[in-house]
Amino acid sequence: MTYAVFILFTLMALCGGVLVVTQRNLVRAATALVLSLFGVAGLYVLLEAGFLAAVQVLVYIGAIAILIIFAIMLTRRMVQGDESGLNRQWGWALVSAVVMFALFCYVVVKAWPLALGAVSAPAVPADSTEALGLALLDWEQYVLPFEIASVLLLSAMVGAVVIAREKHDS
Amino acid sequence: MAELTVLQALGPLSPQLVLLLAALLVLGLDLAWGEKRRGWLPSVALLGLAGTIVATMSLWGRREVLFGGVFVVDPSAVFFQVIAVLATALVILMSIDYFEGRATYTGEFYSLLLVASLAITLMAGSTDLIMVYLSIELLSIVSYVLTGFMREDRRSNEAALKYFLYGAAASATMLYGMSLLYGITGSTNLEEMAAVLGADAGGSMSWVVLAAVMLLLVGFGFKVSAVPFHQWAPDVYEGAPTPFTAFLSVASKAGGFAVLLRFFLTALPDLSVNWVGLIAALSVMTMTVGNLMAIFQKNIKRMLAYSSIAQAGYILIGLVCWRHTLGAYGGGISGVLLYLLAYLFTNLGAFTVVIIVERATGSNEIADYAGLMRRNPWLAAALFVFFLSLVGIPPTAVFVGKLLIFSSAIRLGYYGLAIIGVVNGVISMYYYYGVMRQAFFLPPKEDTPIVASPPLAVALGVTLVMTLGFLVFAQPFIQLASWSTL
Repeated sequence: MTYAVFILFTLMALCGGVLVVTQRNLVRAATALVLSLFGVAGLYVLLEAGFLAAVQVLVYIGAIAILIIFAIMLTRRMVQGDESGLNRQWGWALVSAVVMFALFCYVVVKAWPLALGAVSAPAVPADSTEALGLALLDWEQYVLPFEIASVLLLSAMVGAVVIAREKHDS
Repeated sequence: MAELTVLQALGPLSPQLVLLLAALLVLGLDLAWGEKRRGWLPSVALLGLAGTIVATMSLWGRREVLFGGVFVVDPSAVFFQVIAVLATALVILMSIDYFEGRATYTGEFYSLLLVASLAITLMAGSTDLIMVYLSIELLSIVSYVLTGFMREDRRSNEAALKYFLYGAAASATMLYGMSLLYGITGSTNLEEMAAVLGADAGGSMSWVVLAAVMLLLVGFGFKVSAVPFHQWAPDVYEGAPTPFTAFLSVASKAGGFAVLLRFFLTALPDLSVNWVGLIAALSVMTMTVGNLMAIFQKNIKRMLAYSSIAQAGYILIGLVCWRHTLGAYGGGISGVLLYLLAYLFTNLGAFTVVIIVERATGSNEIADYAGLMRRNPWLAAALFVFFLSLVGIPPTAVFVGKLLIFSSAIRLGYYGLAIIGVVNGVISMYYYYGVMRQAFFLPPKEDTPIVASPPLAVALGVTLVMTLGFLVFAQPFIQLASWSTL
């Protein structure tokens, strides 16, 4: 049963991803992105990472994908855009994609099982959301990255204002 | 008890806290002061950097592990903090006149520059992949904005977009590598990772680790602009505001090297994976491609971009020789640190000359350096000294770095690397001579003298004195570097 659900979500993620890069119309590509992101959210549920799945739906589908669609709709020329997603370098891109895929296949299929005995994943805590929150604010764990993330967001916001704000002559 | 640990942890973090406060202060004062007193903002930023240096001095020679192993303070981290702060201070001096009448939001420029400096100090001490990633990303995002800071300039816009697209791809690739490492070791902490990988006697993990290391090198190589992850550099260096180009070439590169050293020496010290070979290959490609491409450049910022790529190649030799710690000043790692410090003064000096000429002629073409000696002999002489240093002629600054790195390579038997490095130094003379020929032997296109404004003159003076007198003034840093064996 789990296996069937896994296949379903994986297909959603992969088909969505393929559609994103092959669709000529940007609105369709953005809609396919939602499908792909939802598939990933499903995989998180299967991995017992409920909180992450909820965040995936809320942030990636609820905010980012919608934002992309809005951005496309506001730049009117792109709604009717019918440009090919390929450019002159598609041949090289194909070669490097195939090489990367072969590398990952080798690593995951051939090398990984040997290593699995050495490290086993720790058990998922009963309330993983609470554990996550505590770890982020624990002085002995991730409080510094947590704070730096807020510096990052602040700088990104300042940067966005600098780049996008309309010029006004004083 | 808990409060005591809070204070204990914040003490070693004081340089970062001062930098962050200074960045926020500049942002706030920009708003409060308005148009009239905006001219004071660079001084506020410089004051913040002075405070940071004082805080950094208190950490001289100390070793602390903070936040349960997410962040450390040790001599090499302190060394990189000094590099970040010095570079930022000099770049601020270079920016004051550069932006006059060219950009609207100068307050934000200084504020974001301080955040970039903060990101580099964080990169230097990160010992957890999450922290490594966040600090790299903080530097990257701020850098994209600062590259595109001159919104009216199309080339600045284009450079920012190219930098962003390359950077996003490099980050994603690096994250893939990090996820593989976490998957196989069950930890994001570099020390714990080293323990798991060290216990893997049969080497069953080595394939996964090798793949992960190659993916991580994409991200790290992008930051230090190593070939083949260098394609962004010439376009970005050319399009970015020149003071920020200077920052990218020394400070951002130093940050990349800080992460490279920390990652390889902490997580993979036992060489179960032959990363030294990978770095050596990267080094040879970077030196050679950088120097050969520099020959064909007509724009001085592009030429310095390729020259900066080539310098990254020499510095990578130091990482290859990391095991060489013999002698007080010897050793690959102290070589890397001192090279980066020497390169900081030399390259910022060269860029100061570029800015002074750019302000006078409005051009960055090498052909417009014709007759520089007649228009300002001091400027031409200074540029000559900086180029001598970039080639590595004694007794200039970069010579010291090259000496340490090449002698380590010879002691460890990497003769091939040392020879390729020296041959590349000879090649580089050719394109530096091209600029010198224009400056000294060709007649000027105009006769108006070129004058440096006071802040630029100060920057030029400091870099010139440090480039010529590196061996005299750098003694405390040489000592600090000799402790930095990690």
